Amino acid sequence: MHRHHRMVAVSAVGAAFALGLTACAPGSGSTPPAEESPAGEVSTDVDELGDVTLSVWDQEVRGGQNEQIEQLNAAFMEEHPNITIERNSQAFDDLATTLRLAITDDDAPDVVQANNGRNTMGAFVEAGQLRPLDDYADAYGWFDRYSPSILQYSTYSEDATEFGEGNLYGLPQVGEVVGVFYSKSKLEGLGLDVPKDWAAFEEALQAAKDAGETPMLLGNIEKWPALHVFGPLQGSLVDAEEITDLGLGNPGASWTTPENEEAAAHMQGWVEDGYFNDGVNGTDYDAAWQSLAAGDGVFLIGGSWLAADLEDAMGDDVGFFVPAKEDGTKATTGGTGLPFAITSASENPDAAAAYIDFLTSDDAMDVLAETGNLPVNDTAEHAPDSGVQADVFATFGEVTESGAVLPYLDYATPTFADTLGQALQDLIDGRVTPAEFTETLEADYSDFTAGG
Amino acid sequence: MTDTVAIVTGRRARRPPARVTRRRWLPYAYLAPALLLYGLFLLVPLGRAAQFSLYEWDGLGASTFVGLDNYAAVFQSAQLREAFAHALVLIVFFAVLPLALGLVLAALLTRARVRGLGFFRTIVFLPQVIAMVVIAVTWRQIYAPEGPLNTALRAIGLDSLARAWLGDYDWALPAVGLIGTWVSTGLVTVLLMAGMARIPREQYEAARLDGAGAVREFLAITLPSVRGEITVALTLTIVAALKTFDLVYVTTSGGPGTSTTVPSYEVYRLAFTIGEVGAAAAVGIVLTVIVFLINAVVNVIGERR
Repeated sequence: MHRHHRMVAVSAVGAAFALGLTACAPGSGSTPPAEESPAGEVSTDVDELGDVTLSVWDQEVRGGQNEQIEQLNAAFMEEHPNITIERNSQAFDDLATTLRLAITDDDAPDVVQANNGRNTMGAFVEAGQLRPLDDYADAYGWFDRYSPSILQYSTYSEDATEFGEGNLYGLPQVGEVVGVFYSKSKLEGLGLDVPKDWAAFEEALQAAKDAGETPMLLGNIEKWPALHVFGPLQGSLVDAEEITDLGLGNPGASWTTPENEEAAAHMQGWVEDGYFNDGVNGTDYDAAWQSLAAGDGVFLIGGSWLAADLEDAMGDDVGFFVPAKEDGTKATTGGTGLPFAITSASENPDAAAAYIDFLTSDDAMDVLAETGNLPVNDTAEHAPDSGVQADVFATFGEVTESGAVLPYLDYATPTFADTLGQALQDLIDGRVTPAEFTETLEADYSDFTAGG
Repeated sequence: MTDTVAIVTGRRARRPPARVTRRRWLPYAYLAPALLLYGLFLLVPLGRAAQFSLYEWDGLGASTFVGLDNYAAVFQSAQLREAFAHALVLIVFFAVLPLALGLVLAALLTRARVRGLGFFRTIVFLPQVIAMVVIAVTWRQIYAPEGPLNTALRAIGLDSLARAWLGDYDWALPAVGLIGTWVSTGLVTVLLMAGMARIPREQYEAARLDGAGAVREFLAITLPSVRGEITVALTLTIVAALKTFDLVYVTTSGGPGTSTTVPSYEVYRLAFTIGEVGAAAAVGIVLTVIVFLINAVVNVIGERR
């Protein structure tokens, strides 16, 4: 009897396995990408469409972000009563992990916010899951609305081997720029002006150190925050075009150059000289900027998305700048917020395109600025009169117009966020030399560009 | 429904249930609903994972059959081997240490007639009740460079020991492991206390008459009597150690560098952030096999008389 039970159990398990194994190969059951619409078929007259429900997956969850998207969604539905927006919003990290599953589903969302890099948008384009938007861009005039330097970050060749050239796959609402936040009162206390260039910045770090202050705050337990310190630093030493090729994962550049190695040496030197708080790799990202707000440091290198929170905490005491390169221009990491894209599976691309057009219109830029976001277009016009946001708007305008916006380095390859995050923790801890650091990155980059 | 059950058990008391043996399918009919659910939500996904592990697939497009290549990669990749080694280290912190602590604590709590026994039992068990994410967030604060642990160390003059625990290449893994110790100890203690409560007092009295001390009593009577509970405790805590994910995800993301990566975290990283679903499935299957093997060994040793 006992044995009999076991046999039945075993055969049941076996049957279940067989059931699993005979099911189709992974990936073959997902939605086949819809046929590309022939040119001329797109329509901008969405009121003719009848009742449409548009499913939108976004990551606009923080205070001002959520406010702007709610306002714009409401306004859009009021203007087009036949369209209902079904919003699904998740935090940045959550969206990145769930989108992969959702986008291959039979019931995929119509509009998704997909991160620019090869890991997300690149992978979706390669798998044919996103719809090229060039026909809509012509119909709505998006190529005039946006500067090419912004659009390149959501442009891929059809097979996704080229990043920055080819078809347009998405439009962002906001701009982003990485720079240096500082405490005005601390800087004044040290008797220093806002550093104009990188040499002056390093002098200020030393002066702060000599005065017994913590010169610069960094919380890098999450691995990625150090990317935003290394990016601008690399921008000060390495040619912008070289960084763009490296950052977009296009062939023809190299990590193992003297300039890149020098950038790494600077980064490590800052740790060795005691310019950072102790235990960088064990400090929370949020704890670092909160320390600046609490008056426990002078500088913090970070993205413009921190401006609103820092202003809330520090009021007029916080400022923002980007040090200039030796030639006087400014080059720093930045670009755009996550672009809105249309899935190939969407049954209502016309309505989806109208929605994206609405989200990025001139009126939308006003709403974005009013809710404390950095509008990607006409930024200077929307700048507030004072406060850290005025600094951020001015810097973004200056960098996009006369300087160079450098891509986030983790866009480069599907694994680069991981590789660079680990390598930077190793570099900060002094476990690798600057040369070994660049070799690790070169291995990932050249593997990808050779294989792609 | 209840009537039927009563009749069946009533008959069993006298002789084997004839009707049931004649209709062999009947027990399975009772089992069917549970078995169906179990199969649908556990065995089928397990089978699918085994199948995925034979493919190279990015989770989006078409897949390529690669046979056992993903498994070969699990054993060849230094980072993945490191992750499995970390999981073995965590067994010490999740299972071995709590067992040692739990035996002492349970023996003390059952023997000593302390007031408020319930209170202490609750305190010891409390970490089990709290969600792991909450625990992880809390400990992340405790281990922070300016956190309570370092503040306490500095207050007693041990400045040289203060460090960014979770950012230190040598200390991050033990720091994460000790959180596991803190969580598991309560469960192990309560399990062992239940076992120790069943030991007849006469045995202790007899031992005492023979001149045995507290240590001798513990080794000769208590320890052999809770053998079953120890097996259960080890099984549960070893499984917890090997499948740790949330703790690592929240505290260190596998860092600094790769010094706290564990297999479950690698599964997540491979499948969701890098897009190597096949490789992730292979790691998951290998982990499952290891969990089964280790626990089979524990149970064979535990049940041997």
